[in-house]
Amino acid sequence: MEEVKLLGFWPSPFVYRVIWALKLKDVQFDYIEEDLSNKSELLLRYNPVLKKVPVLIHGGKAIAESLVILEYIEETWPQNPLLPKDPHEKALARFWIQFGLEKMRPIHQAYFPAIGEEREKAAKQYQEVLKIVEDQCLGDQRFFGGETIGMVDIVYGMLAYWFECMEEAVGVKVIEPSILPRLHAWVNNFKQVSVIKDNLPHHGKLLAYYKTLREKLVSARSTLPTPSNHDAS
Amino acid sequence: MADEVVLLDYWISPYAMRLRIALALKGIEYERKEEELNNKSPLLLQSNPVHKKVPVLIHNGKPICESVVALQYIDEVWNDKAPLFPSDPYLRSQAKFWADYVDKKISSFARKLWSGAKGEEMEVVKKDLFDCLRLLEGELGDKPFFGGETLGLVDLALLPFASWFSVHDKFGTFSLEAECPKIPPWVKRCFQMESVSESVPSPDQLYDYVVKMRNSRQE
Repeated sequence: MEEVKLLGFWPSPFVYRVIWALKLKDVQFDYIEEDLSNKSELLLRYNPVLKKVPVLIHGGKAIAESLVILEYIEETWPQNPLLPKDPHEKALARFWIQFGLEKMRPIHQAYFPAIGEEREKAAKQYQEVLKIVEDQCLGDQRFFGGETIGMVDIVYGMLAYWFECMEEAVGVKVIEPSILPRLHAWVNNFKQVSVIKDNLPHHGKLLAYYKTLREKLVSARSTLPTPSNHDAS
Repeated sequence: MADEVVLLDYWISPYAMRLRIALALKGIEYERKEEELNNKSPLLLQSNPVHKKVPVLIHNGKPICESVVALQYIDEVWNDKAPLFPSDPYLRSQAKFWADYVDKKISSFARKLWSGAKGEEMEVVKKDLFDCLRLLEGELGDKPFFGGETLGLVDLALLPFASWFSVHDKFGTFSLEAECPKIPPWVKRCFQMESVSESVPSPDQLYDYVVKMRNSRQE
């Protein structure tokens, strides 16, 4: 079997998407931690265009952008499929993955560095978007993938663990059980899945990381900030 | 049961253009419904309640929204001819990476160019746009198309935007030929294909449209 390497950065939820997919499919891989303040020659060689993590290297060939990597993993290791087989169901899953990327990102960028009253306003906007996801994608299902987790759950995984730390750093909660009851339940169910539970960054370290990052963003606020410097996917 | 394919469309939408080309390449018969963007049809609102946007592909009553999602769907369902994606998983991932790059970077420049960015802001947009187009030129290399000998995902993703950039070229905002010399010949090659020329407006037709719009606004 060809060698699989993953270039990552420990707090990145995008990197964890790839870790979960590989673990769910029982694919052996070497994990290489990147210091993003001092990018390695390996990273610059394998992702010269965007210079970001995660990067998956399979048999010497590099694939970048977490969503592209997830689809590659799904096609290369078809066991334990993460996408539905039916083309229309598959298209729906991909639609919601795109939705998360396009609709949530600008709202997240407004929420994470928000101060004072902006925080409540940004939280409310976030809740409106998440309500759409809750109503039209999750519905009454246990997971986005149905009875078991699938690619949509993996992609929204940030909301299940990283987001709690961000909420604590911001000081205003978004996923309130009274407002988003099913999504709140999903968060708890998702974290209990064994592959997920066994593959999460350290909570304390992550909280400290986001608090520091938020302080930097708040003090640098003159142009539109980005919530993370490690990956845009 | 015969396939029923409907496309909720808008003739100058770059995203809708992608699907029209794909459907033509695959020889798929479909009903085209032109939407009025300030008077959206009930069918559009029902088929894409989340975004209320075109294009929407409706196959046997089931809607598929988001142009790249629809392109993947088209390629999977009508897999007997004109593959839009490479068959090798690694090459597929590269095509998806570059299509994603077009969607993330190029589309935002297109928006800024048309929203009337001025002066220094315009210069920054132009510079960033050309940097991105040059990277794409590198990816094209010496191939006739991004898909190799035939049109592929990246061709379909980029062509509608490149067509619109050619309009700016005609207005003298910049010179594509000077900045990204491989792009204009690639656009021309694409339009030599019937599936493209019969599906989407050419840069000349887009230019005429813009001139007409500008003249009518001045009246």
